[in-house]
Amino acid sequence: MSGNNERSIWVMQGNEACSVGAVAAGINFFAGYPITPSSEVAEFMARHLPLIGGRFIQMEDEIASMAAIIGASLAGARSMTATSGPGFSLMQENLGLACLAEIPCVIVNVQRAGPSTGLPTQPAQGDVMQTRWGTHGDHAIIALAPATVLECIELTACCVSLSEQFRTPVVLLLDEVIGHMRESVAIPAPGSYKVRSRPLPSDDEEDYRPFCGGQSDVPPMAHFGGPHRFHVTGLTHDERGFPTMVPEEVDKKIRGIVDKIELKADDLAMNDETMTDDCEVLLFAYGSSARVAKASVGILRERGVKAGLLRVKTIWPFSGKRLKELAPQLRSIIVPEMNLGQLVTEVERAVAGVVPVRHLGRVDGHLFEPDQITDFVLEEMAS
Amino acid sequence: MSQAIERARTYLKPLKKLPTVWCGGCGLGVVLSSLTRVMAEMGLDKNKTATISGIGCTGRLPTYIDTNTLHTTHGRALGFATGVKLANPELTVITAMGDGDSVAIGGNHFIHACRRNIDITAIIVNNCIYGMTGGQYSPTTPHGKRGTTAPYGNVEYEFDIVSLAAGAGATFVARTTVYHVRELDKLLERAIRHRGFSVVEVVSNCYTSYGRLNKFSGPVDMFKWMKESAVTVKQAGEMSPEELEGKFIRGIHVEKDQPEFIDVYDKLAQDLTKGPSTVNQKLRATIEGYEQLGDKLKAGIG
Repeated sequence: MSGNNERSIWVMQGNEACSVGAVAAGINFFAGYPITPSSEVAEFMARHLPLIGGRFIQMEDEIASMAAIIGASLAGARSMTATSGPGFSLMQENLGLACLAEIPCVIVNVQRAGPSTGLPTQPAQGDVMQTRWGTHGDHAIIALAPATVLECIELTACCVSLSEQFRTPVVLLLDEVIGHMRESVAIPAPGSYKVRSRPLPSDDEEDYRPFCGGQSDVPPMAHFGGPHRFHVTGLTHDERGFPTMVPEEVDKKIRGIVDKIELKADDLAMNDETMTDDCEVLLFAYGSSARVAKASVGILRERGVKAGLLRVKTIWPFSGKRLKELAPQLRSIIVPEMNLGQLVTEVERAVAGVVPVRHLGRVDGHLFEPDQITDFVLEEMAS
Repeated sequence: MSQAIERARTYLKPLKKLPTVWCGGCGLGVVLSSLTRVMAEMGLDKNKTATISGIGCTGRLPTYIDTNTLHTTHGRALGFATGVKLANPELTVITAMGDGDSVAIGGNHFIHACRRNIDITAIIVNNCIYGMTGGQYSPTTPHGKRGTTAPYGNVEYEFDIVSLAAGAGATFVARTTVYHVRELDKLLERAIRHRGFSVVEVVSNCYTSYGRLNKFSGPVDMFKWMKESAVTVKQAGEMSPEELEGKFIRGIHVEKDQPEFIDVYDKLAQDLTKGPSTVNQKLRATIEGYEQLGDKLKAGIG
């Protein structure tokens, strides 16, 4: 990493950017386990956290890493871990506990090609559905996907903010290309982004109820060591945290943790659009695939095809609002993903047959090339 | 009611109704009463204490205790406890786990917690069986004994939890049984006061799932077994290997001073921030680069 202090332009790697963004957003606890291609995040945290009054620990595996960041958050820290596919698989059970017990934390998943050990140093976007549904049982999740190094800073900070605001785990879905890519970054102007803090109960609140009582509310969160002591469990629980099997209470709890996020899907949607005003063919993409798709839009426009790009930064909760708005003007939607069809199913659900949706998948461990997407679009237009 | 019992009662959650989920005759009630008694006698600040468990019958123990309590996933209590302690070292952190929880599914976390010497107390209630799921054999079911998944007798050999903890580097390791209640009180207090990772194995009885399958006539018969099979460290020193067959050794097995994890970490952090000359130049330049960036970023993102 190098930078010019006067101009505030820095050159850095995606994983580094994610780390500096996290620290700027107040992350003061990190637990992790080494895994390619995410290890630079842990290395940064190991170097940096002891210098700023935070703490870093390398746990014995990703299961323990996830457990430790949840525990730390409960004790008042802003906590984070970073991993890749195999480690993300191991984190799923405890991630579910964080959803149910409404404990904020951030998980960075620098996606590599899978399944299993797969291709440790090659990119993929194969964890999109695992991010949504990887842990068992009904729940909601927030996941953001940056496409630039600058966004690694901004969206990591955004993950911290959203996890605190909604008291929920938030996943930053990088891929190997974004994580290891180096780009120049202009530091955001002062005051350009505000990181929220978890809602707190007042110190003298009597009858403190730490958990969601339905109606999609986000209840105030005390921390271990503060004036309110409370019970936390992975069993389905009532507003006080005690296990319950009363059908009405169980129903309220589960709908509560889903609704507090899913009902906000349109508000949480962050998009970046390129030439969508008059487009007839819409490319829908995210992460590194969206960078290539943007190049394809340029090539297609030169060839007279009215192409546009809708790049989503918010993967989950999925908002179909913008797709529905654009649908009437479109002849087709093309979804390039480095998987064999994951987020495309949400696109199909959103437009519900109004526009044909075609998927372009790539699972050979390599990034798309602009010509590949361009040619696919041209073939689709011809057919 | 004696004052000691009354004091211990104040460490039970007022909102959580008794009786407990445990079967009649279960040793876990003894552990709960001992732990609350010790907490009361030590005068632990309830708001500054976290009692953390995994899954199983022992996993339900914190639910009744009036401190901060965290009932986690199976085997992972120590991972959560490590995070809690690191984020707020002023908390007294106590974990309660069963034998399956601590040394089967949580075995890896257990040995690494021992190795790190972080200031957490691990109470391991060893009833030699998976009780909550109905009596399957565990890593501490003795060879030859029966479980519902060892219907012809256990083919495997059992873990000795004390040796495991000592070998992995725990700085306080003790064992007693739910029969030896006064010793249990004493050992729990010693373990909580110990600065570092402390392990107390409490041999307990699960008549419902283990006793009935292994020809015990009832819970009382199991208490007799604990009374007769437990020998003190001192007694064991004078016994031959043949005489020690089938016995377990109670008392303190390891007690040593070793710098505690967070103390060492914080000392290092203090040295780093106050004495930059100890860091090599290249690393120092990297850190300074980030510090400049960090200040700018904090203005943009705060």
